Amino acid sequence: MTLVDVKGVTKRFGGLTAVSDVDLTVNAGEVHCLIGPNGAGKSTLFKLIVGLYPPTKGSIFFDSIDITEERPFARVQRGMSIKMQAPSVFKELPVRQNIQIALQARFSGAERDVEEERLLTLLDLASESGKLAGALSHGQQQWLEIGMALALQPQLLLLDEPTAGMSPEETFKTGELIKSFNAEGMTVLVVEHDMAFVRQIAQRVTVLHLGKIFARGSLETIIQDEKVAEIYLGKTHAH
Amino acid sequence: MFKLLDGPQTLGRGRTFWSCFLAVLAAALIYPVFADSYDVGNFSYFLIWVFMALGLCLMWGYGGMLSFGQTFFFGISGYAYGVLAINMGGGTATIAALVLSVIIAMIAAGILGYFMIWGGISGIFFGIVTLSATLVLAFFLGQTAGPEWHIGTARLNGFNGMKGMDPLTIGDFYIEGSALYYVMVALIVIVYIALRMLVNSRIGNVIVATRENPQRAEMLGYDVRKYQLLTFVIGSGLAGLSGALYTSWGQFITPSSIGLPAAAMPIVWVAFSGRSDLTATLVGSFLLLFGFQTITVYSQQAALVLMGTLLLATVMLAPQGFVLGVGKLVVDRWTRRRRGDANSAVAETGRLQSDEA
Repeated sequence: MTLVDVKGVTKRFGGLTAVSDVDLTVNAGEVHCLIGPNGAGKSTLFKLIVGLYPPTKGSIFFDSIDITEERPFARVQRGMSIKMQAPSVFKELPVRQNIQIALQARFSGAERDVEEERLLTLLDLASESGKLAGALSHGQQQWLEIGMALALQPQLLLLDEPTAGMSPEETFKTGELIKSFNAEGMTVLVVEHDMAFVRQIAQRVTVLHLGKIFARGSLETIIQDEKVAEIYLGKTHAH
Repeated sequence: MFKLLDGPQTLGRGRTFWSCFLAVLAAALIYPVFADSYDVGNFSYFLIWVFMALGLCLMWGYGGMLSFGQTFFFGISGYAYGVLAINMGGGTATIAALVLSVIIAMIAAGILGYFMIWGGISGIFFGIVTLSATLVLAFFLGQTAGPEWHIGTARLNGFNGMKGMDPLTIGDFYIEGSALYYVMVALIVIVYIALRMLVNSRIGNVIVATRENPQRAEMLGYDVRKYQLLTFVIGSGLAGLSGALYTSWGQFITPSSIGLPAAAMPIVWVAFSGRSDLTATLVGSFLLLFGFQTITVYSQQAALVLMGTLLLATVMLAPQGFVLGVGKLVVDRWTRRRRGDANSAVAETGRLQSDEA
């Protein structure tokens, strides 16, 4: 079943076409990675899907509903959850309050308290819960933001470079966390540069180049595609 | 419900804080017994402005919206009270006039806020638009001296001021002097408690999240515009309450209560006090108003210069506010002392146990 259906979407900024006539489908239950070299239009496409940019042309469907005109909060209420590229936690508020603000959208009372402790433990932030979120390390802030996105228990988790600034251990752990949520049925769409991370989690991959779909398929197909290797992976990484 | 009184968004919690609160409240309640009626009247006057300061604290400190429009809503409500009280014939109808004038201010805030917030105005532009609205109202009311400017039997009267309205009245009893003072104290307690509960509630969580990072808050599924509008309407409504009470207190209002110097005052009170805490704003604003009024008796210019100096000093030395800074220092010291006591008690227990062994 198709959960996200991007149909013929174009985004222009003045004379620059960042995304051109892109079709993309994300199936329910898969981990789908969006990759491509710098300037390929990955983040723009991501922002079009989450509703931060209105498309110049084309439509976006979520669960067969046209959400092209909807604001981000309405898309989140439909079952999306988003983590942006740069950590955007509430820096002047304590870690625990960050989690509470995310959780209160879905939970209340004792249920919320249980979920709060579960998430803090899962994110290894229980001992830091009283600290201001801005005082956490970059990697911890990334984790906190992923936790806030997970707190919404979404159908679709959208992650824009979730491991930027993380150590290899943290990156691996994040991959395992994403896989565990996917195993429970959550669909995940990830924009990512780190190919090791993509190899760890991806089930399907779409390659963007110069704002257009360049290739798509399973991870193995993409890795073995020489044209992809030329534009993005570098030939030495292709095999 | 009472859990909301002591939450993460407000400084001061627990038995010690609430004991101090009750002690101050008790002192405020017995004050008129010992003070003369002139001083009680002056205290009522200071208290009138505290609502406006608390409203700005909610909008600016908690919601991140710096509004220069507090005197705009003060003026709308103040004039509305005058017009309604005069046209409704005074007496008990003044209570209805008070309520209606606050509602009118909130409706005006709803309309202005809707266009600003849905139009994407934020940051410094929010201040510019609200200040513009304030100056337009002050300018408009300033040229209403002619007899053609009246609403029903109420003449607006330009800079000569609108007068002739009754003070708050129940039956034949005028709520003035000590009675007005007690009404003010009761209203401040109600508003303060209600605001504490609001900012510590789920709604308050979203309000501060919106201040911190509106895009992130929206990405959690909150329509931040609605929360901003709610904050703006409540904060402006409190300015409206100040306006209606002011007109009722002095039975007089002029455009000078709305113009630029008046519009800057709430900013100074709240910035000096500590915009991110209701208690600091309550205490600081009262102290500043008291000081300002005392100095004004000798020289109004000197009082204005002092206010400007205080604002500069706040920006340069204590951007979070002087009263809040002192409050946090006291709380830190108190907490450390209690921890120290607890640690020495543990150490003493350990020493005794080792002695026994």
